[in-house]
Amino acid sequence: MSEVRRDRPALRDPHWARWAIFVGGIGFLILFVVLPVVTVGAEALRKGLPAYLAALSESDTQAAIRMTLTVAAIAVPLNCIFGVAAAWALGKFEFRGKAAVLSLIDLPFSISPVISGMVFLLLFGLQGWFGPWLREHHLKIVFALPGLVLATMFVTLPFVARELIPLMQEQGTEEEEAARMLGAGGWRIFFSITLPNIKWALLYGVLLCNARAMGEFGAVSVVSGHIRGLTNTLPLQVDILYNEYNMVAAFATASLLAGLALVTLIAKSFLEWRYADQLALTRR
Amino acid sequence: MTAIQVLLPRRRRTVLPGFAPALGFTLLYLSLIVLIPLSALILKAAQLDAATMWQILSNPRVVAAFRLTFVASAIAAAINCAFGLVIAWLLVRYRFWGRRLVDALVDLPFALPTAVAGVSLSALMAQNGWVGGLFAPFGIEIAYAPPGIVVAMIFVGLPFVVRTVQPVLQDFEPELEEAAATLGADRWLTFLKVTLPALAPALLTGFALAFARAIGEYGSVIFIAGNRPGLTEIVPLLIVIKLEEFDYRGAAVIAVAALLTSFILLVLINLLQRRLGAANRV
Repeated sequence: MSEVRRDRPALRDPHWARWAIFVGGIGFLILFVVLPVVTVGAEALRKGLPAYLAALSESDTQAAIRMTLTVAAIAVPLNCIFGVAAAWALGKFEFRGKAAVLSLIDLPFSISPVISGMVFLLLFGLQGWFGPWLREHHLKIVFALPGLVLATMFVTLPFVARELIPLMQEQGTEEEEAARMLGAGGWRIFFSITLPNIKWALLYGVLLCNARAMGEFGAVSVVSGHIRGLTNTLPLQVDILYNEYNMVAAFATASLLAGLALVTLIAKSFLEWRYADQLALTRR
Repeated sequence: MTAIQVLLPRRRRTVLPGFAPALGFTLLYLSLIVLIPLSALILKAAQLDAATMWQILSNPRVVAAFRLTFVASAIAAAINCAFGLVIAWLLVRYRFWGRRLVDALVDLPFALPTAVAGVSLSALMAQNGWVGGLFAPFGIEIAYAPPGIVVAMIFVGLPFVVRTVQPVLQDFEPELEEAAATLGADRWLTFLKVTLPALAPALLTGFALAFARAIGEYGSVIFIAGNRPGLTEIVPLLIVIKLEEFDYRGAAVIAVAALLTSFILLVLINLLQRRLGAANRV
């Protein structure tokens, strides 16, 4: 271990301080970040690989996998389209009230997941605003797929937009204006100029959006009704199995989500390393 | 379209097309997914008169949940500030083998689903767990007790502090520290009087973000908390319990109270931060 600025002796920390910082920082990360992930794997494999695989092939877990994929397959593309549209309006144009729209986009990040799910219960639940109407028309939103999708859309709404808006602002409008002067139409400008410029940042946003969409627990927990095999996503399945003290199955299911998190993290780090210049500089 | 015409480009005219449809779609989408649902919450809570609201909020179980949630969140955010600074320092100032890996690991709590964090932290911190087992002989309970709640909140909040302090430390002018050194300050005094004040606004932002996240946190906390009413029950869980009892009004009042309290605290932190920022510029 060495200091970054060896040429600046005044900035050198004492030897003991360097080691204290190293041991303290790494130790804290191991305790709070690495060990939990290792625990998932260890607990999942506690009774061996066959038990692990058997737990994963359970029909309820299979249904939860399908449900998680379905919810993400609807919510992520919609939020992706929203993110691009918002970034076009907010990143390429100046208008009054832009700051207000920006903070509205950020709003879901500062609201408890439980409250994010609950608002849809208040709208579409039996006692909710549209509850009686929905019941008359035999439509189900909460305790069914549409509710899960709505709650997921709410919590993951900011990801793509937040990634693209600062980047498109930074990139300016000169290239697009040149294309316009040369006679290109709106879609042509977007697909041949803007999209190639933002593609890595878009992928980055989609990656984070997807990780959260598949892993969201609080919001979907409130709207799902926990109907086994029907409205359970993977995180909810972990909850159910854990509460039944079926530890191997709970951790086996959790290991799928932990694997998704690790893959997301690797892909994200790769994008940050390889395409740092094409991602927004303002990183959360 | 008049609403959108009011919002038309202000600084300079641009030839780019698509402003009106893009903004229109953005606002429509935001209204449908965020604004209308949130206003349903506010309206639900507003249906009740002040006396009933007070009755709901002054219930001992509710008061205990609020106290626990805010105190545990503040402790977790403070611990995250201390260790977040250490980790940011490590990542910015030192070079060592595996630094990139450590840097990536900091974001793991953002990526790991909260339910997974919840079950694994409670297995880790339980009496028979790897870490909980070390404390059990001394009669210290972590899981299913308030310390476990703090542990879960530390987990979810850590990246916020590191990621706000890291860029500020990166851009910090080394000349300032060198000037302090030439004036005879030792390394510790330089840190206390020069570096730390410059990092204070970022630390405060990190604290606020980690704190806000901890207050709303549900998934990772409920598994490790034990959820005993009045003892280890957090506010989001109380909301869920009210919803399961179909007491939507009670849930709405508690939710709005929680949102308002954390909003006010964040505004206060923001004001304090501006003060600090102004003091630094002088």
